[in-house]
Formats: sequence, C-alpha cells, structure tokens
Amino acid sequence: MIYSEKVMDHFRNPRNVGKIEDADGEGEVGNPVCGDIMNITIAVDDADTITDCKFQTLGCGAAIATSSIVTELVKGRNIQDAVKLSKQDVADELDGLPAVKMHCSVLATDGLKVAIDDYLKKHGREPLSGEIKSADPNFDPHGEEESAEGEDD
Amino acid sequence: MGSRYFDHAATTAMDPRVTQAMMPYFTEQFGNPNSLYTLGRDAARALEDARTRVAAGIGAAQPAEVVFTSGGSESDNEAFFSILRKVAPEGGHIITSAYEHDAVLNTAKWLAKHGYDLDLVRPRKDGHVYADDVGALICKDTKLVSIMHSNNEIGAINDIRSIAARAHEAGALMHTDAVQSLGKVPFSVVDLDVDLASFTAHKLHGPKGVGALYLKRGVRFDALIKGGGQETRRRSGTQNVAGAVGFATAIELALADRDSEATRLSALRDRVIDGLTSRLENVQATVTQGDRLPNLASLLVKGVEGESMLLQLDNLGFSVSTGSACSSGSLEPSHVLLAIGVPQVIAHGSLRVSLGRDNTEQDVDDFIEALVPIIEKLRAMSPVYTKMFCGPDAITF
Repeated sequence: MIYSEKVMDHFRNPRNVGKIEDADGEGEVGNPVCGDIMNITIAVDDADTITDCKFQTLGCGAAIATSSIVTELVKGRNIQDAVKLSKQDVADELDGLPAVKMHCSVLATDGLKVAIDDYLKKHGREPLSGEIKSADPNFDPHGEEESAEGEDD
Repeated sequence: MGSRYFDHAATTAMDPRVTQAMMPYFTEQFGNPNSLYTLGRDAARALEDARTRVAAGIGAAQPAEVVFTSGGSESDNEAFFSILRKVAPEGGHIITSAYEHDAVLNTAKWLAKHGYDLDLVRPRKDGHVYADDVGALICKDTKLVSIMHSNNEIGAINDIRSIAARAHEAGALMHTDAVQSLGKVPFSVVDLDVDLASFTAHKLHGPKGVGALYLKRGVRFDALIKGGGQETRRRSGTQNVAGAVGFATAIELALADRDSEATRLSALRDRVIDGLTSRLENVQATVTQGDRLPNLASLLVKGVEGESMLLQLDNLGFSVSTGSACSSGSLEPSHVLLAIGVPQVIAHGSLRVSLGRDNTEQDVDDFIEALVPIIEKLRAMSPVYTKMFCGPDAITF
C-alpha cells in the first residue's frame, strides 16, 4: 500500500485544520471504533457560496489527506455544486488512493454533505443529501468493501 | 553506531559476519548437499555443521531434531499439519491462544473448518497466557497445544514450561512459536519440555527465508512438503545451505551478546516508556507485569491513530510499527490488543518500538523528542480527543 505524493503532502501539511466559530453548518461523521472521525464546519454566504471550510480529523494518513483536500475543493463553490463532490473526485484530486482507503474519501464527502444539510435545515430549507449512513455513530464504513485478496479457506 | 530503525521485531539487518559466512555457499561451494561427489559432500558437511550449531543454540538434545525450513510461517504450518495428519488424521481437539502470530492462528482456524475442534485460550489483561487457563480447556481428545513463547506485538513472555506440563498430562503434544525469543532471552527446548518449536533467522540479524522447526526425537510426523525426502524425509526440497550457515552464525553471535544486550536493551526499552509516559498524558505501556522481551516497548497512545503516528515518524526517519487497522490494510485493529481486552478505540493508537543492537540512548532521546510534538499535533487535530479521553467518561484500559 503506497500513498501518492499528493496524499503525503496533504497529510504532512494539512490545510484548513480547525473549527469555524459560529459555523453556518457542521457535520460529524465516522466511528471511533473503526478509527476515523471527521468534523467539517462551513461558512456560507447569502448566495449559498461556501466562503470557508475547516476540518478536524482523527484517523489515518488518508483520512487526514481527504479531509484536507475537501476543504480546499469546496471553498468558493455553491452548495448545490459542492454537494455533488464524489469519493472518486476526492481520490482523483489526490492522484489516487489505495483501494482499502477509499472509504476515507467517502467519509470526507459525507462530512461535507452533513454540514451542508445542517446549514439548509437551520434555514428551514430542504436538505440535499437525505440520509448519510456514516453520520450514524454505529455505521461501519468497512462493511461495504469487498476483499480482492485470496482467502484462507 | 546509532540508528533510527526501531522495528527489529519486524526484521533486522544482516550482520556482516553472517553475510561473510554465507558467501562461499553461493559461489565456489555451491554444491547440492544431496550429491555424492566432493562438492556435494562439502555442502552436506556445512549443512550438518549448521544443524549442530542451531541445535545447540535452541537447546536441543540432538542435531537431528532440527529441520531447516523457509522461516517461521512454514515452521508453524509444518508443526500443525505434519503432526495432526499423523496423530489425529480424522480430527481432534487443538488449543492455541487468541493472540498468536497469524501463521499459527490462521493455520489453526483453517483446521477448525476442516474437521478439527479448536479452542482459543484468551491471554489475560496483563498480556500473558496462563497454564491454568490452558488447562481448563484441555480434554481427553486434545492432540496439540500451541502457545507462543513471546508475543511479537506486546512482548509478553509466557510460562511455556508450565503449559507444556499441562499438555503432556493429557497426552497432547506441545508446540511453541519462539520466533521473537531466540537470541533475546534464555531459551531451551529441553528445559521447556516442548515437542515442537518454530524459529526464524531474520529476527536475529540472519537472512530472510530460512528458519527451523524443532521436532523432538520420537514425535511422529507426516511431512507437509513431499518430494525427494531431504531433511530425513521431514521437509523435501534442496536445502538452503547458505541460509542454514547464516542462521547458525546469527544464533551464535546473538547468544554471545545475549545477556549484556538484554540488560542494555531493557534499559532503553524502559527509557522509551518512561520518556513518553512522563511527557504526555494518556500514554501507557501495554504490558507492565511478568516477563517481557527486553527489546520491545508496546505503548497505547490514546486519541491518536497509529498510522498517522507511524507516517509522521517516518517523515523524520524513524521506523516503528503499529497495531492500528489502517496501517495493515486489514481494517481491523490488532487482534493481539483486542485479545488482551484493549478497547478498539485505544487499539487504533498502539505503537510498537522494538530495539536492536545499533540503537543508543541518544537515538531513544531523539525519538522521544520527535514523537511528543507529533502526538500533541495529532490530538489537537482530533475532533474527539478531549471528549473521549479527558472527561469523566474517559475510555481506559
């Protein structure tokens, strides 16, 4: 399992670490039992543009790198556009992720979606994403993965 | 001297004296030890000489009790398959521990799916497997008990002699995986009264790809690897003469310095533990009671994910190991830590520092200086550190 240089760059020098005071939206996803928890806070202006985004993450190198790049990618984007960010977009922006780490990029985009929906709900508007499984503290992101390796039976 | 490599339980560098001893058997002394002409006989002599030296190093009564293998995993597999196919071909009861190396654990689990009854004895919270706990699982159908001499992740050393006595009372055979112990602490197959034991060369500055299975004289055995009947029909395949010579040399070198190194390394190990636990909150040694490997410090660093720690240390040139899920690609944290009752949320932050002959006090001090700010930074980046580990509901082990 080898990380790309870009993953290592974001891991070593994570961008936008922290928590926005009085954030317009906040999302926390992940599960401490699995080892990854992410908190994403966003500031949104009257035109629905994300003006700031910060993260806090407990997790591996990929978890930190995917959180970091998501905060960079969404700044300046409209929420309608930002919510479409997919796990593959995140992985592509990082020049790829090892297969066993793809769930980390799901968490990062999920955290963003929960934050956007939090913002919308606060303003009495309809959420855009519906149910986010990883926002449930008991959700196991590893359960959805398939092993491509040989098995011992 | 001086090295930032702190992962000697994973593997070690070859000692130049080992390399030198092996070289002739790659080049001018390349003969097949099974050939009858001079070149072959010379190779056979070198092989048998190596066998004698390995036998002495593990405390075997006779050189013929040593079977050369490709390493620890093969030795573990041979111990299970070759014994059980002979003494219990139709199935039977086997006991091993829940925190064995995967080479034992996955072999035992495979057998459990194929007609054998398996009981996994749990190590206690102090990190050790107790003879009483093994004894409680033994029944009249128990054929094989396999408990590791020392654990590769947490360094706990088990009382194999007492466990072997329980196995033998019930008529079962006793195997121990001694891969991490050989050359580090006193070890003798005769003193421990085991029937089988696994070893590998590369943990003690020998070559990778060579190991040994101790097979006590008289133990019935049906070879796993069939073929030309080498190793007196116990392990077919042309022997790795250079590897055997390297293994023998490595054992002798390790044993010559063992006691002085054990004293020096245990002081360094405690320096790692004391240095980190005195500088940081929520860091603890995994094992604090009973016998431990002198060179291995296992630490639980709460509120930090192990892979992040490992990669940050690597960035500064330090090599360590972790039992976190994310580091292994297996997605589950270390089965060893879970077996002794470490909560999953803490197991993700485990750190294994395994020291060796090139590590100095200065290296350890540099390591602590490097690691303290890494842990502080990662904890500051975590959304849940304070909530999970600092309040009245703090998660503990």
